[in-house]
Amino acid sequence: MSSVAVIDYGMGNLHSIAKALQHAAPHVDVHIVSDPELILKADRVVFPGVGAMRDCMQALNETQLAEVIKEVAKSKPLLGICLGMQALLTDSEENGYTKGLNILPGHVVRFSDSLQNAQGNHLKIPHMGWNQVYFSSHPLWDKIQQNSRFYFVHSYYAIPNDATLITATTEYPTAFACALAKENVFAVQFHPEKSQAVGLQLLNNFLHWDGHV
Amino acid sequence: MSLAKRIIPCLDVANGRVVKGVQFVDIRDAGDPVEVARRYDREGADEITFLDITATHDNRDTMVHVVEQVASEVFIPLTVGGGIKTLEDIRRMLNAGADKVGINSAAVFNPEFVREAAQRFGSQCIVVAIDAKKVSAIGEADRWEIFTHGGRKATGIDAIEWAKKMVEYGAGEILLTSMDRDGTREGFDLLLTRAISEAVTVPVIASGGVGNLDHLAAGVLEGKADAVLAASIFHFAEYTIQEAKEHLAAQGIEMRL
Repeated sequence: MSSVAVIDYGMGNLHSIAKALQHAAPHVDVHIVSDPELILKADRVVFPGVGAMRDCMQALNETQLAEVIKEVAKSKPLLGICLGMQALLTDSEENGYTKGLNILPGHVVRFSDSLQNAQGNHLKIPHMGWNQVYFSSHPLWDKIQQNSRFYFVHSYYAIPNDATLITATTEYPTAFACALAKENVFAVQFHPEKSQAVGLQLLNNFLHWDGHV
Repeated sequence: MSLAKRIIPCLDVANGRVVKGVQFVDIRDAGDPVEVARRYDREGADEITFLDITATHDNRDTMVHVVEQVASEVFIPLTVGGGIKTLEDIRRMLNAGADKVGINSAAVFNPEFVREAAQRFGSQCIVVAIDAKKVSAIGEADRWEIFTHGGRKATGIDAIEWAKKMVEYGAGEILLTSMDRDGTREGFDLLLTRAISEAVTVPVIASGGVGNLDHLAAGVLEGKADAVLAASIFHFAEYTIQEAKEHLAAQGIEMRL
């Protein structure tokens, strides 16, 4: 039986993601863990996160999980979700300036407060709700329709230094990177665990992914 | 291509049972919040809101179990409101599987609670619920005030100023209910909705008064709401959520269909 570790570093609700993973693939062993050894032993690792970047990085550094995630990123399928995606980049504008894990070189910036749509309506921040995802070929998009809607809630987004890492974009109102992929690492800004059938499909794809593109 | 407007069915739950009983043909127990949530999920609800109207503290444990059960099989955002007064209340609901909590009177009595909650759990999960009522006389400029105790007690607080303050304190979303319209089926208070939506930077959910599908569309088109919430029209199976979404989409509103 294959196993997946959901990293618990004391931030946010991990039960939703664990329940969604279990639902997406009932035969997989799902664990919520903070023990580095157990994380390194799992076949696949999910790095979730909600809240603020500074608290997230502080928790990762204090628990030495920062090093564990860097180790995982070298060896096995890793899925970063929301703040767990943003933390993979080099740094973030959030809380002044916060250093990230630098696994995916690039920056995390805030949506501008003066965004408007084509009709001239003010766009709200956070970007909250179901938006369309336009993706390029990758095993994690298997059996998912182009431009499917996923559930987002965030005020910051990633800009990778290397644009070829962008595997999907979403418009708000201009295109931003909503998913990044580099070898065995995959990261999404939206919440697959809250995106109904398409989200469960993506999680199922991750749980069957060998880490190769 | 853009962000879809959301349709949010609301379930009033008392002691673990959906109140305002309904007879759905396709579910066995219309009073079971888990069954009703499952049905709304199948119909395409964008989120589900549970409003706990339980009177006693002991029965709140029941709500935690409801959320746990729903969260283990319904994979869309879940919001729980009603009686959220402490950080511990919030932690319990989030751990049970809620994605957001609605804070209502506790915010009015102690605005700092909203700030603390947002700092601890993040703005993305803090919804401030505002119950507003028009207080301006005919001929005067429109003015709305915050009311507590189910719309019975005036607070003297201006609704627009309050909404802005709550966002400053960390609210990630505003759930706006017109106490003049709630239960009337005459439609949202569109002027109120628009005034609040244009005054704040965060998404606004319109609530109170929906009697038909045109009311939902008007909430978005005229009220500028980011999401629309309704209970009875879905509850009594007058319309399915799918029908509602198709109706709004036909009027040019971006929807997740």
